[in-house]
Amino acid sequence: MKRTLLALAAAAVAGSLHAAPVKIGFVTTLTTGGAVIGKDMQNAANLAMEHLGGKAGNTQLELIFADDGFKPEVGKQATDRLVKQDNVDFVAGYIWSHVLLASRKSVLDAGKFLITANAGPSPMAGKLCHPDTFSTAGQNDQTPMALGEVLNKKGVKSLYIMAPNYAAGKDMVAGVERTFKGKVLGKDLTKWGADAQMDFSAELAKARDSGAEALFVFYPGAAGGAFAKQYNQAGLNKTLPLYSVFTVDALSLPKLQAGNLEGVLGSRTTQLWDPTLDNAANKKFVADYKAKFGAYPSYYGAQSYDAIMLIASAVKATGGDMANKDAVRAALKAANYDSVRGKYTYGNNHFPIQNFYLREVVKDQGGVWSTKVVDTVYNNHQDPFAAQCAMK
Amino acid sequence: MDYALFVMQVLNGLQLGLLLFLVASGLTLVFGILDFVNLAHASLYMVGALVCASLTLVLGNFVWALLLAIPVTALVGWTVERLVARRLYGRDHLDQVLATFGLILVLTTLAHLIWGPQGISVPLPSWLKGQLAFSDTLIFPIYRLVIIGAGLLAALGLYVLVTHTRLGMLIRAGASNRQMVSALGVNIERLFAIVFSLGAVLAGLAGMLVAPITEASIGMGNGIIITAFVVIIVGGIGSMKGAFIAAMLIGLIDTLGRAFLDGVFKLFMSSDAAENSAPAVSAMLIYIIMALVLAFRPKGLFPPKVR
Repeated sequence: MKRTLLALAAAAVAGSLHAAPVKIGFVTTLTTGGAVIGKDMQNAANLAMEHLGGKAGNTQLELIFADDGFKPEVGKQATDRLVKQDNVDFVAGYIWSHVLLASRKSVLDAGKFLITANAGPSPMAGKLCHPDTFSTAGQNDQTPMALGEVLNKKGVKSLYIMAPNYAAGKDMVAGVERTFKGKVLGKDLTKWGADAQMDFSAELAKARDSGAEALFVFYPGAAGGAFAKQYNQAGLNKTLPLYSVFTVDALSLPKLQAGNLEGVLGSRTTQLWDPTLDNAANKKFVADYKAKFGAYPSYYGAQSYDAIMLIASAVKATGGDMANKDAVRAALKAANYDSVRGKYTYGNNHFPIQNFYLREVVKDQGGVWSTKVVDTVYNNHQDPFAAQCAMK
Repeated sequence: MDYALFVMQVLNGLQLGLLLFLVASGLTLVFGILDFVNLAHASLYMVGALVCASLTLVLGNFVWALLLAIPVTALVGWTVERLVARRLYGRDHLDQVLATFGLILVLTTLAHLIWGPQGISVPLPSWLKGQLAFSDTLIFPIYRLVIIGAGLLAALGLYVLVTHTRLGMLIRAGASNRQMVSALGVNIERLFAIVFSLGAVLAGLAGMLVAPITEASIGMGNGIIITAFVVIIVGGIGSMKGAFIAAMLIGLIDTLGRAFLDGVFKLFMSSDAAENSAPAVSAMLIYIIMALVLAFRPKGLFPPKVR
């Protein structure tokens, strides 16, 4: 008995050694100010690999990171290198919508699978949808749409909007305008990229002058912290309540706490994930991430962790046979893994149909500034572009 | 357009202009006197901000940290001059651009290693945190007024230094005719080291002042260095007066463009078209100004008298 077990184990080891490893390319921002997001995604993806033991079933997984430098052209080059030189089977990651839009063709033309772990530009959920593209995040418009509903519920009648001038910024503005029933009194789209505008004095002065009841912003990454500070310095926290998406998060909160900017406590934002979501996968993810990296993961991390887990589930289901693309595609579409956001399904455009929550900034038991769920805004919400997608 | 908003935007423009002047004045000093194209000027801006931010967190006081960070930045500037810049003075501009671009990568990566990618948020002391209300609608953050004050002080200090001291006389002489200055027996090496360090301090000071508004992080200098080059080209390379006037001009044009262009565009186009085109045009505005200046006054608005 013992001998047969040993033999079986040896065969299994030998088998796994013989089978070609499945390679995952992961494109994110590892330099410039955007690296604060990229680092979180990298940590979470590495943690997923650790939880998997580097394997999906009997197939060895290999993870290769590449830097997009916060620029579409650099992201496309990095993607080309992953696809052509490293011959990866999956390309995952992508924080920025403009980088993803520039890179998608390189992945799809080479017949590889594209798993976006954050960016969800509207064209890719609609007309440009593709059988080999999957998202473990959401479509850009969904989060601000949820926020628009929150504003309606609060009885907010007028709004001032600020967002960066790029693909996702425009989606965010369109998203909130889609559901918000009141009047939009003004809008500013600010310069974005490696030399993004970080000083919002002119825009904040306009927002104050507009007489709007509330301010909606989208400033991901380093710009979020900078925006929150200037909003407080301008004294607007007393007169113009702030509603944001992808701005106040696990990346900006530690800095805001270090700077003691208490104005941000109690502020509210919508999201598809939160560290307090009550499911086993999420508890393990958050606890291990905190133990290993000494801070809360952000939703970027959660989505990246899910991206690796989704890929692993498909590799496992197909026994690592990447030649059978139909089987891999079907396994991806099943989303048969323990997502940290809880169970979700894929729509016809391969974007998740999932819940969106209202989160509030609070102090956790240890006094660390974090977020908690206060309400569920959408149950099983599908993005508005799915109807434009030709896939059934 | 109401009056309070306009005044506020002018103040915002002045504040941006003065920060630009601090960066551009160092750049124009080094370019004008040393004939040295220093792209890494932006890295000194970043170094100043990061050093000041770390010191603020250690000392718990932004003002002391700033005063202490100034000599540290001067030292960094002096080291860069000794190790890298000095060897490049005789080379042509393309070599200098290449070398200082490499220097940017080295300094940014070093900063990444030391401080990490996340950036540091700099807390202000409570007396700088508030706002000053001139009237019901005219409310302005105190710290931005402090930046205006500090920038004006630095500009005044530079003016006195350049026009009323022996060092300033040498600097002006060096800007006009370098060979003659060294032929007259002035220790040109020491003068160059001083000028380079002074430039580093000015850039660093701008970084320190801006850090509490945005944050101190790697790559923070990328945006401002391009604008600073626009400023010295518009102002006339090597001219301090030109740098000051051009910095104010660019600061005001950039801010007022961002503030009012969409409103102006709405007068003659649809609301949607105005909202889409105004950000693009306001981002281009300063380059349009530069192109116009280059077309009509190729040497800038205030070129130094003899070159």
